[in-house]
Amino acid sequence: MAMNEAEILTGLGEIIDEVAGVPADQVTPDKSFVDDLDIDSLSMVEIAVAAQDKFGVEIPDDQLKNLKTVQDVINYVRNTGVSA
Amino acid sequence: MRVTDGTAGARILAFGGYQPARVVTNDEIAQQVETSDEWIRSRVGIVSRRIAGPDETLADMAVAAGGKALAASGLSPADIDLVIVATCTPEAPIPNTAATVATRLGIVAPGAFDLNAACAGFCYALGTASDAVRAGTSRHVLVIGAEKLSQWVDWTDRSTCIIFADGAGAAVVGPAEAGEAGIGPVVWGSDGGMADKIFIKDRRSFIVQEGQAVFRWATTALHPVAKKACELAGVDPTELAAFVPHQANLRIVEAIARKLGAPQARVANDIVHAGNTSSASIPLALSRMIERGEIGSGQAVLLLGFGAGVSYAAQVITVP
Repeated sequence: MAMNEAEILTGLGEIIDEVAGVPADQVTPDKSFVDDLDIDSLSMVEIAVAAQDKFGVEIPDDQLKNLKTVQDVINYVRNTGVSA
Repeated sequence: MRVTDGTAGARILAFGGYQPARVVTNDEIAQQVETSDEWIRSRVGIVSRRIAGPDETLADMAVAAGGKALAASGLSPADIDLVIVATCTPEAPIPNTAATVATRLGIVAPGAFDLNAACAGFCYALGTASDAVRAGTSRHVLVIGAEKLSQWVDWTDRSTCIIFADGAGAAVVGPAEAGEAGIGPVVWGSDGGMADKIFIKDRRSFIVQEGQAVFRWATTALHPVAKKACELAGVDPTELAAFVPHQANLRIVEAIARKLGAPQARVANDIVHAGNTSSASIPLALSRMIERGEIGSGQAVLLLGFGAGVSYAAQVITVP
């Protein structure tokens, strides 16, 4: 079953807390990874890898650079995820 | 046809390391290219690195490290019958570095060859040396990882000049009795499909690296290799005293360490003051950890080399 937006946000919060030490409650859809959460390009790769494990959606490097905000990742996971 | 009588196992008798005298700090690099001490520390974990002097050659560094390991082993040059130099930065295609280094160390007529598996080179060379001793082809092998990366770096490219550095590290490998093997089976592999992620195009070019792609590969593909090396050696990760991966980037080192499942193991962080010295990084880190008493004789340590190719190799060793 495809995950809904809230479930993806919760999962992302857990990932970002673990990878970058940003408390999950600060991870809200409008936040920019670089400007608001102080997450750099290497941490973004770690987030993408963890997201693949958690959501089953691969985010390649050439797509990753376009994902600027938490909402961008939520949209990418929802639109790319396989509904089953 | 007859074949040689082998030995039950191989072990490391001693390590040695050499770093050039010149320390280059992040602030010094920040005067040349648009970067900062804070940025370099947070992205790659390097505070300072060592760079060879203008007249200091790859062979000079290899001789210095090899000489230290040989002296520490208690053997004489005449005992060494094979010299392997792992390097991806030889001074010239021919002659190889190993024969020159052997002669300068007073080792007469050994087998001698260079081996290029980039940053995985030391673990490849150690695996080769171990198998040569076990097969009876050699009795004592001097294994050296040496690099002068500074001459292959574009010092105006801030994505690479902050990372790479110079140095050499060495180990002496000899026979072990049954049950005393000190070098576990090597797990090695490669993927030429990723050849374009780290490369030097030709002899007039500089090193180019796709940082994010390498980071993704290193943090996802290598912990299974490391675990496999533990499995083949019959050593559980929780029994490791230390984990000494290639010092590529402190964040890669820490990410692999987290996935290894060896929370008690000391994780080498030599990159902080040595930079990324490719095939020299593992023996350099090991010799410093032994010098400082951070790891002791008889303890199990996991080595993991990885880099351009891409290529990788891992094995468990017992500290001499």
